[in-house]
Amino acid sequence: MSDNVQVVEPAEQADFRPEPAKWRKILIWMRDTSRRALILLRHTFLQRREASVLIVALALMGYFEYNRSIFLSQSNLLNIAQATAPNAIVATGIVLLLISGEIDLSVGMTFALAPFLMHYFADFYGVPSIPAILFALVVAAGIGWFNGFVSIVLRVPSFVATLGTFYALQGIVLTTSHAYPAEIPKGMDGAIRQWIGPPSGWAELIWAVGIVVVFHIVLTRTRWGLHTISVGGNSIGATEAGIRSRRIKIGNFMIASVLAGFAGIAEAFRVHTIDPNLGGGAQIPFLAISAAVIGGTALAGGSGTVAGAFLGALVLAELQDGFNLIGISANPYFLILGGAILVSMIANQYLSRLRRTGRT
Amino acid sequence: MSVDLQPRTPGHDTDALRVEHIAKRFGALTALRDVNMHLGKGEVLGLIGDNGAGKSTLIKIICGYHRPDDGQIYVDGTEISLRSVDHARSVGIDTVYQDLALVNELSVYHNMFLNRERVRWPFLHNRLMRRLAKEHLDDMGVNIPDVTVEVAKLSGGQRQAIAVARSVYSDAKVLLLDEPLAAMGAKEGALILDLIRDLKARGNVSIIIIAHNYAQVLDVCDRINVLQHGEITFDKATADTSVQELTDLVVSEYQAARAKRAAGD
Repeated sequence: MSDNVQVVEPAEQADFRPEPAKWRKILIWMRDTSRRALILLRHTFLQRREASVLIVALALMGYFEYNRSIFLSQSNLLNIAQATAPNAIVATGIVLLLISGEIDLSVGMTFALAPFLMHYFADFYGVPSIPAILFALVVAAGIGWFNGFVSIVLRVPSFVATLGTFYALQGIVLTTSHAYPAEIPKGMDGAIRQWIGPPSGWAELIWAVGIVVVFHIVLTRTRWGLHTISVGGNSIGATEAGIRSRRIKIGNFMIASVLAGFAGIAEAFRVHTIDPNLGGGAQIPFLAISAAVIGGTALAGGSGTVAGAFLGALVLAELQDGFNLIGISANPYFLILGGAILVSMIANQYLSRLRRTGRT
Repeated sequence: MSVDLQPRTPGHDTDALRVEHIAKRFGALTALRDVNMHLGKGEVLGLIGDNGAGKSTLIKIICGYHRPDDGQIYVDGTEISLRSVDHARSVGIDTVYQDLALVNELSVYHNMFLNRERVRWPFLHNRLMRRLAKEHLDDMGVNIPDVTVEVAKLSGGQRQAIAVARSVYSDAKVLLLDEPLAAMGAKEGALILDLIRDLKARGNVSIIIIAHNYAQVLDVCDRINVLQHGEITFDKATADTSVQELTDLVVSEYQAARAKRAAGD
């Protein structure tokens, strides 16, 4: 048969078999492409911290799935989604604040207070459902403004200022609720609950993803984001350029509080009770800061990513859930969490030094 | 001690900037006594003075940060009371501070357009800003390999050049360069001096260079003013003076101060 071909169409075969020079060209092309891909990959990993957190999230999924094949079952993924969502929403606001060089610990209590406010407005003042939720968020924005005012205008370091607000808000929550849980207002128990925080379903995660996407775009593609990075990276320089850093910072405090309030309301809907201990108080800001930091946000201000914080929240949820499934007690979870924060911060330092020297 | 300065009639409109009888006190401390200074259009003026002479106070008054207790500021022949840094910038007075101006975490082109971003609402028009920044830097002869690179990766000279380029781009008429060569190597310093020469050749902008180490900047300046004890005590064209004369002036002041201290003890 090969004889046949040779006889009939020798020219075609010559075309089909590349000459040695052509082979070399292809080999060189393959070598160059793989080199370029490697450079791109290294560049991506050094430039985009999200990439490495994504790998960790996927690796954890693989590991837990390998050990307990129900890890990737739909009901378990739902568990993970429900643990990820509120933390990711709160962490989004925290990332904006950390980038602008501030911090907010009081989000833990805004988280718990917002559903109560919604309940007070709806049940004691007869406000219709959706306005009641919006009013609660407006009050949350007011809390954020207050935090910003004390930190920026009165120049109390935000760590201390929001520590104060944290306890003040806790006092308000406990006093007004008499430390008793309340029920979800009747009017909201149907469709609204299904939309915001259903007991089982992906709504909360969809909200979280939507919020993360929106604020990722805000941070990377709008003036607000650019100015947030500027006031955190070089406060004097930003002010010199005429950026109104007070407005940016106070605005970010307000965003963080509103997001925390919204996450609290969604979480109250999901667990179907308005609890004064919702979210575990200090647990919320600590987990949100952990998620932000694992996701590559620097506490010093000037850099960070919202998408990274979402992945950080996902990693934390996976760890907690996976440990449960494997049957390790919840206690070492904190050991792992602590280790993860330390490792990621050390890596962050190392990576940013690499970036500074330009070896990417 | 005060040198007789040529009196200038008000409304002398060849001056880009003129300050008259500027005084500033901070409590008991008199930072500026009576400062008279003028800057011609397209001129490069070197402002020299030792630490504590009042240089930074004068700069902060001219750039709108401080308000003088006394005296007038004329921009293009019109008297203006500067309300803020923003206000000063809006009338064309811009200051470039050593290493303070840029945001390290942002790219070159974002820094070039800091707070003057081009927007395709609601998003940043990054493509346009990249192109304009590249064009403008090329036009000014500032060699930055890639405008998308983070400023943190650049050298001190490149950063300073970008800061200057940004001020020029924002239509500054009067540029105050605060220690433009501080903490900079010889090669980097040459880059900035070239940039200043280039700006001078175009003649659109008038420049005040505040320098500690005047030997380096002397040959780009048209004129030298020396600020001592809150007054301009020396005003000569660069051609009529020398590094030696300036050094003698500063050293004699130092020796006088030392003699005074010794006498006081």
